[in-house]
Amino acid sequence: MKTLEELQAIRERMKAKVNNRGVADASDFRIVVGMATCGIAAGARNTLAALTAEVEEKHLDNVIVSQTGCIGICRFEPVVEVFEPGKEKVTYVHVDAERARQIVASHIMNGNPINEYTYSYAVKEN
Amino acid sequence: MKEVTLKINDISVTVPEGTRILDAARQAGFNVPTLCYYKDLCNEGSCRICVVEVKGARSLVASCSAVVAEGMEVYTKTPKVINARKTTLELILSNHNRSCLSCVRSGNCELQKLSQEYGCDDVAYTGDKTAVVPELPNAYLVRDNSKCILCRRCVAMCEKVQSVGVIGANFRGFNTTIGCAFERPLGAVDCVACGQCINVCPVGALTEKDDTDIVVEALNNPEKTVIVGTAPSVRVALGEEFGNAIGTDTEGKMVTALRRIGFDKVFDVNMTADLTIMEEGTEFLSRLQDKNAALPMITSCSPGWIRFIEFNYPELLPHLSSCKSPQQMFGAVIKTYYAEKMHLDPKNIVVVSVMPCTAKKTEIFREDQNASGYPDIDVVLTTRELARLIKRYGIDYNSLANGEFDDPLGKSSTAGYLFGATGGVMEAALRTVYEKVVGEPAPSLDFKAVRGTKGIKSATVDLKGTKVKVGVAHSLSNARQILEDIKAGKCDYQFIEIMTCPGGCVNGGGQPIVSSEKINAGVDVKALRAGAIYKADKKSALRTSHENPVVKTLYAEYFGEPNSHKAHKILHTTYHKRDKM
Amino acid sequence: MLERAHILVCGGTGCTSGNSKKIYDEFTKLLKENNLDKEVKLIMTGCFGLCARGPIVVVYPDGAFYQHVKVEDVQEIVLEHILKGRIVERLLSKEREADGSVKPFNETPFYKSQHRLVLRNCGVINPENIDEYLAYDGYLAYQKVVTEMTPQEVIDVIKASGLRGRGGGGFPTGMKWQFAHNSVADQKYVVCNADEGDPGAFMDRSLLEGDPHSVIEAMMIAGYAIGATKGYIYVRAEYPIAVNRLQIAIQQALDYGILGSNAMGLGHEFNIELRLGAGAFVCGEETALLNSAEGKRGEPRQRPPFPAVKGLFGKPTLINNVETYGNITAIILNGAEWFTQLGTEKSKGTKVFALGGKITNTGLVEIPMGMTLRTIIEEIGGGIPNGKKFKAAQTGGPSGGCIPASLIDTPIDYDNLIAIGSMMGSGGLIVMDEDTCMVDIAKFFLEFTVDESCGKCTPCRIGNKRLYEMLDKITQGKGTMEDLDKMEKLCYYIKENSLCGLGQTAPNPVLSTLRYFRDEYVAHVRDKKCPAGVCKALVSYEIIADKCVGCGLCKRGCPVNAITGEIRQPHVIDPDKCIKCGACIAACRKNAIKK
Repeated sequence: MKTLEELQAIRERMKAKVNNRGVADASDFRIVVGMATCGIAAGARNTLAALTAEVEEKHLDNVIVSQTGCIGICRFEPVVEVFEPGKEKVTYVHVDAERARQIVASHIMNGNPINEYTYSYAVKEN
Repeated sequence: MKEVTLKINDISVTVPEGTRILDAARQAGFNVPTLCYYKDLCNEGSCRICVVEVKGARSLVASCSAVVAEGMEVYTKTPKVINARKTTLELILSNHNRSCLSCVRSGNCELQKLSQEYGCDDVAYTGDKTAVVPELPNAYLVRDNSKCILCRRCVAMCEKVQSVGVIGANFRGFNTTIGCAFERPLGAVDCVACGQCINVCPVGALTEKDDTDIVVEALNNPEKTVIVGTAPSVRVALGEEFGNAIGTDTEGKMVTALRRIGFDKVFDVNMTADLTIMEEGTEFLSRLQDKNAALPMITSCSPGWIRFIEFNYPELLPHLSSCKSPQQMFGAVIKTYYAEKMHLDPKNIVVVSVMPCTAKKTEIFREDQNASGYPDIDVVLTTRELARLIKRYGIDYNSLANGEFDDPLGKSSTAGYLFGATGGVMEAALRTVYEKVVGEPAPSLDFKAVRGTKGIKSATVDLKGTKVKVGVAHSLSNARQILEDIKAGKCDYQFIEIMTCPGGCVNGGGQPIVSSEKINAGVDVKALRAGAIYKADKKSALRTSHENPVVKTLYAEYFGEPNSHKAHKILHTTYHKRDKM
Repeated sequence: MLERAHILVCGGTGCTSGNSKKIYDEFTKLLKENNLDKEVKLIMTGCFGLCARGPIVVVYPDGAFYQHVKVEDVQEIVLEHILKGRIVERLLSKEREADGSVKPFNETPFYKSQHRLVLRNCGVINPENIDEYLAYDGYLAYQKVVTEMTPQEVIDVIKASGLRGRGGGGFPTGMKWQFAHNSVADQKYVVCNADEGDPGAFMDRSLLEGDPHSVIEAMMIAGYAIGATKGYIYVRAEYPIAVNRLQIAIQQALDYGILGSNAMGLGHEFNIELRLGAGAFVCGEETALLNSAEGKRGEPRQRPPFPAVKGLFGKPTLINNVETYGNITAIILNGAEWFTQLGTEKSKGTKVFALGGKITNTGLVEIPMGMTLRTIIEEIGGGIPNGKKFKAAQTGGPSGGCIPASLIDTPIDYDNLIAIGSMMGSGGLIVMDEDTCMVDIAKFFLEFTVDESCGKCTPCRIGNKRLYEMLDKITQGKGTMEDLDKMEKLCYYIKENSLCGLGQTAPNPVLSTLRYFRDEYVAHVRDKKCPAGVCKALVSYEIIADKCVGCGLCKRGCPVNAITGEIRQPHVIDPDKCIKCGACIAACRKNAIKK
């Protein structure tokens, strides 16, 4: 026997869980993790797990976490791309779990891309 | 009650709210034909013959089920209505075994009558006919599904009124036929043989098994003494077959007709009804005094009822009176006492009984119904079969002089006559029991509480200090109710009369068939026929069984006293559990 | 933890028979082997509707819509798509954007013109998990009606929505609720008619399989509105998956206290029982259904009394069809006005159709009322296969009518369909091409109703049988012109006089084909010809000598040795021996045989 409150809690919890069903709206953020052999070898799975956990925890309804194949910059793996409607995509490199959480907090939630982790920054620096 | 005013063919009528359209139409003077509808019984809406046009309705309306509404405009005879009914009839005819020339229902067939009235072409539609499996023969009933029009009246009767429910629709669509589960023959299921299905059949699909030829053969056999006895209710119905009004008592003509047919002796089963009262009344009084005896005691005259309790409530069999039915007592007395007295070999006596009943045709084959060593009764004819025999022999029934039953067994009291109506056995028993216990006749011989067509009746009779509560039930659904009460320990009756058929024997399964047109118009067949019995009883000088001189002689010369050892041997029987299906 | 991907395997009956259960098991196995079972969620859903391309697997969040998936394909999907993020293109729809990229599946013509309101959760949620239903606002509508509305207010909303019965008759649902509400009795019942019997129609099955809780919730709302504490779902025993999911759903709702003596703790009792039907078509008729649910022979009852007054076990009963119930929660949550924006003036909302027959995308579609037949057939249905011409569409199951090509632009709603001699029915839509003989098709449908007639009333039992016999006579080339008139009269008689909806509508296929394709009947009767070449008795096979090369293929293919001829010489068919099976035509490579 569940109370109305308990039922509501299930609703909230499950809403987040089923959120990634349905095709993305144009207004959504899309975070894509490179999940080819190279990415996985470099730890992309942890990255993906951290991203999805973070999105769930922060109740980010407008964010889709997805995956893709090899982006072609294997030495920078794990690679994560963030697509924001109406903006240039931002490609982050060497994204471990910690970086992933920072990207969500700074870029997704506050609109401040973290320049130091981007591909262009990494290329310029090297 | 609220009233509703509507128009039938532009004639305004006012009827109580909830009235069926066809009843309102009748009030306006228009009959609407019916084939499946049967008042208080069948309202399935299956035949669609009763359709009428109702202004504003989407399609034609079945007037047997649709009820009136304020301001309704009904048309019962527009071309659309008439054509629809005619098509319905022609479709039925296209799947009907039209052997009308020899059908026993010819002339009394509801389909034939309507087909004639509507000017039907009986080959307007042609095609396949529904495949029917011939019903295996049994002792009492013939089913011919090739004539069945699937009105379902028989099903409703068996299930609703009799709570027997052994027949229903099998298969579906065009293959639908009425029958028992798994296509079993009636003889292999718990059918009680009451024949009420026959009485409501609009066509010739259900008829009694005709035994007239057996009788004719016996009559033409010089070695046989052929003796006939008639049940109480036959004489108040037989006349209908010859155009007399329902409820006409034609006892005298019936006796003459039987004599003209050629029976050697014409006796009356009313006499053994009196004998039954002596035996059953005595049995009841002794049970009343015996702490260990099964009470309430229940009557055992009605063989359909006996089958019913044997099939359905074997645990209650000790409640049944051990008396044979009046029919069986009649045969037993003829083949023992009468045979001895007349120096006849019972082997050469053929006893024919004329009964309002089809179950009686099965009763004669029960175990322990051969007191003389030969069957108590040899042949049972129903009222309808007797009428057929009278017609076949060219006897002009209505012009016959009144005859009287033969001596020495022809005399009976009207207490025995009462057996023909529900409550009659009880009333006759009370008349005798009262006098036996109290020592003087009851203040009034009319026990009116047990008369009438109410389903379950009861009365309390004060036998000078001993109060006896009696119950009366007719139709097996009412019987079932009482049996359930007995099982639940809720029944406070000491003596119960149960009759299988609604209204008792006057409305038995072997009686003349009254068309649904009359029934639906409100003709109360049961009350009319019973009325003739009560009328005779009222005029009678001999109204108690124990005063019947024949009964007195029987005890004095032969049985000694009621429930004597000899009486037990000849006039009583036993019952046993029967397996259903 | 939130799973990073959801794999939805269709568990509808169509895909199940296409082995989707094995596909599901294979996914389970491979996900586990690749240590993905914690981060990827595998769900068996209800029907996606595009049954023609089943078994279907959808992978989110990418929305990859895999079609015709085989068990062998699972490994590729797991290793490529799930593990490496590379969508398996060969399993996708062939419909492409202008730039050659794969269209998102909801942009493909099959889904784009649909409006999935009733089927909103089908193919989206796991029907065996009540939590997922809750996630999609499950049981909020019931909570809303009990806490915020009086029963009469609920009925008023349903009335205002204009919802009409989706089972066939199109009777206003709100009125039905009102009648049942108005009846006074110690016990009332809510019944769900899930005895979907129209051949080829499976919308009710799909809804029960894909979203059983939405039906349960709607019945609870109905119970509250009419004052009933008990519901029965009468479902065909031939729908084992639906039965199973309903049983699971009812048990889960009981476990959560959503059903029971104090439903959702809101002070009202509601319980649901299942009743399994044995598959008689007539039991979809509501009074026959009630008889059957009571354990009696499934035959319609005489009306009046109507079920709202005297229904199940003699008590006032509300009986609605599955799809009708499927609309209720959405109406309650979104309001009547929202609902009335969809559809036509007198037919609001959407209708689910089962597309079948000669059409490319057979399957289940939900469209707003008022969409034209053309849009359904040409856009959603993908047109007629093999370049054949559209000839007619049959709506309303075996008792609907045939709509000719000339009426293809009719907007589909209850009243328009009636006006053109057909009906909505439960939503079967069978498409016929030029190879269909309309006399034969009328005979085919009538044969079904003759077979399924319960046999209770005269017009249906005998009338339809005689009608069928006349049609048969015509297809044998033995009909007369008088027969056509007699048939037409008999049709109208049967419609006017039958006891229940089955009989009243059974002649529709005959009447509508007589109306729109009379010339075909006349060809059969007068010319003794079947224009479509279907009616065997009226077809003869002949080899065109000029085209025949004498290869002998037809001779070898003939099962009754009716073809003779020397090699390289034109062959001949003996018409007396020929059984008109068509094997020779199939065998001939030169198109040398005509019928």
